[in-house]
Amino acid sequence: MAYKIKKGIVYLVLIFLAVICMVPFLLMLVNATRSGREIMTSFTLIPGDSLKDNWNAVFGFFNLFQGLWNSFKIAVPATILTSYFSALTAYALTVYKFKGKNVIFYTIVIFMMIPGQLSLIGFYNLVSGLKLIDSYVPLIIPAIASPGTVFFLKQYLESVLPMALLEAARIDGAKEISIFHKIVFPIMAPGVATMAIGSFIGNWNSYLIPLLLLNSPKKFTLPVMIASLNASKDIGTNQGAIYMALAVSIVPVLIVFCFCSKYIISSISAGSVKE
Amino acid sequence: MAGGNVAIKKQKKKNYNNMAYFFVLPFVLVFLIFSVYPVFRTLQLSFANYKGFGKIDYIGFKNYIRVLKDPYFWTALGNTIKIWSVNIVLQLGMAFLLTIVFSDIKYKIKGLGFFRAVYYLPNIIAATSVAFLFKTLLDWRYGTINQILAKVGVDSPINWLGQPFTAQLSISLIQTWMWFGNSFIMLMAGVQGINKDYFEAASIDGAGRWKSFYYITLPLLRPILLYVTITSLIGGIQMFDLPFLIGTVNGEPLGATQTAIMYLYKFGFATRPKQVGYASAIAYVLFLMILIISIIQFKVMNRKED
Repeated sequence: MAYKIKKGIVYLVLIFLAVICMVPFLLMLVNATRSGREIMTSFTLIPGDSLKDNWNAVFGFFNLFQGLWNSFKIAVPATILTSYFSALTAYALTVYKFKGKNVIFYTIVIFMMIPGQLSLIGFYNLVSGLKLIDSYVPLIIPAIASPGTVFFLKQYLESVLPMALLEAARIDGAKEISIFHKIVFPIMAPGVATMAIGSFIGNWNSYLIPLLLLNSPKKFTLPVMIASLNASKDIGTNQGAIYMALAVSIVPVLIVFCFCSKYIISSISAGSVKE
Repeated sequence: MAGGNVAIKKQKKKNYNNMAYFFVLPFVLVFLIFSVYPVFRTLQLSFANYKGFGKIDYIGFKNYIRVLKDPYFWTALGNTIKIWSVNIVLQLGMAFLLTIVFSDIKYKIKGLGFFRAVYYLPNIIAATSVAFLFKTLLDWRYGTINQILAKVGVDSPINWLGQPFTAQLSISLIQTWMWFGNSFIMLMAGVQGINKDYFEAASIDGAGRWKSFYYITLPLLRPILLYVTITSLIGGIQMFDLPFLIGTVNGEPLGATQTAIMYLYKFGFATRPKQVGYASAIAYVLFLMILIISIIQFKVMNRKED
C-alpha cells in the first residue's frame, strides 16, 4: 500500500514538472488570442477573440514570415555545409596518413575548448574588413569548419568503418572521392544526422552573431526580429501582439519537435556517452 | 621484378594518402580564416587603443590592467557566477533526482520517453523567444504570473524583473527551466550505459536499491556529472541572450543582470566611440579563466581513465 502511494506521489511530481515545462507555452497561446487590455486586467485559460487583431498588429509592425524564411536560408545551407565537410574532414583524418594530420587534429581539439563568443571582436573585425557586413556569407561559410562535429564524426567513424572495405573498393578501381561518397558517407549517415540536428537548432536559434552582422531589417533572422520588439514603443505595450509574435516564432518549432523529439534527444545522449 | 612491384605499390599507396590534402583543404582554409585568425586578431587588438575605425595605437598591457582594476567588470563577472551557480545547483539537482527516479528498479516508473521529451522541450526554443515570453509573463503590473499568484493569495505583486535579487533569481530559474531536461537526458544516457551485469551481481550479493545506487550508479555517473558541470560553467560564463534581452545592455535593474559577455558587448559594439581594444582584453581575461577550467577538466577526466 505504502509502495503504491509513494509511486503515485512520484508520478504526480513528474506530471507537475511536465506541466511547468508546458504552461508558459500554453499561456502564450491563450494570450495570443486575447486583447492587450484583457491580458492586463485578468487572467484566464479561455481563449479570447482578438486573434485576428493581434495577428494584424504583429504583421503591421514587421513581417515575421520574412524572418522565418531568412533564418531558414541561413540554417539550411549552414547545416548542409557542416555535415558534408565535417564528414569529409573526419574521413580524411581517420583513413589517411599524411603530414600535418596530428597538427590539424590537435588544433581541432584545442579550438573545441575555445568559446566562439570570445573571439567575437576579431571575427567582427575580419568580417567588416572583408566588407561582408549585412551579408549572409559570414553566417553560412564558417559552418564548413566545425571542430566539434569533426571530432565527433572522427570518433564515430573509427568505431564503424571496416578498413577492409576501402581496400576492396580500391582494388575494384574506385576513386578515393567516390569511395567517400558511395561507401563511407552512407556508413556515417546516422552519426552525421545526429550532428546535423544539433547544428540546425544551433543556427536557427543563434542571436548574437546575426545581431552584430545584419543591419537591414529585411535581412533579420527570426531571433533578431523578435528581439527588435524591445525597441518598439507601439507594439511593446500591446501584450496580445507580443504573445502573438512569440507564438509565430515558437509554434513551428513545437510542431517539428513533436515529430522529431526522438532524434533530437538521441543526438544529445550521443554527446554524453563517448567511451 | 618483385622489387619493382613493391615500389609501384608504395607509390600508389602514397597517392591515396596525398588525396587527404584535398579533402581537408576546405576545412583547413575556412578554419584558418574564420576561427584561428579572429582569435589572434582579438589578441592583437587587446593590446591596442582602437575605435573600430581609423588608427590602431598599441598601448601594451594597459587594457589588461584596466580590466583587472575595473570594478564593473568584476561585478558583471560576479553576476554571471551568481546567476550560474543558482541555476546549476537546481538544474543538476533536478536532473539527478529524476535520474534516480527513472532508474529505480523497484518502482519501475513508466513513460520515460514522454517525460524526457517534455522536460527537454524548453531547450529547443530560441533564447530570444524565451526571454520575451518570460519578460511579458513576469511583468510587474500586468503580467500573467502575478495575476495567477494573486488568485492563490499573494496579494502584493512581486516586481520580479525590477529588483536586483529577484531579477537575478528569475534568470537563474528560467535557465533552469531551459536546461534541466538536457542534463537529465545526459545523466540518464549515462545510467543506461551502465552494464546491467553490475546490478545483477550486486543483487545476488544481497545489495539493496540504495546500496547498488550508492556503490554502482553514483561512481559511474561521476564523470558525466563533472562533464555536465564544466560544460555548463563554460557556457555559463558566456551567458548573453537571456539577460541581455531581459535587462538590456546595462543589465537593468541597477546592473544586476549584466553578465561578463554583456559587458564585453557594451565596449565592443554599443558604446560610441567603441572601445574595441578594451573589449578584446575582457575577452582574453575570460578566455584565460575558461582555459584554466578546461585544463582542470582535462586533468580530472584523464585521471578517470588510468
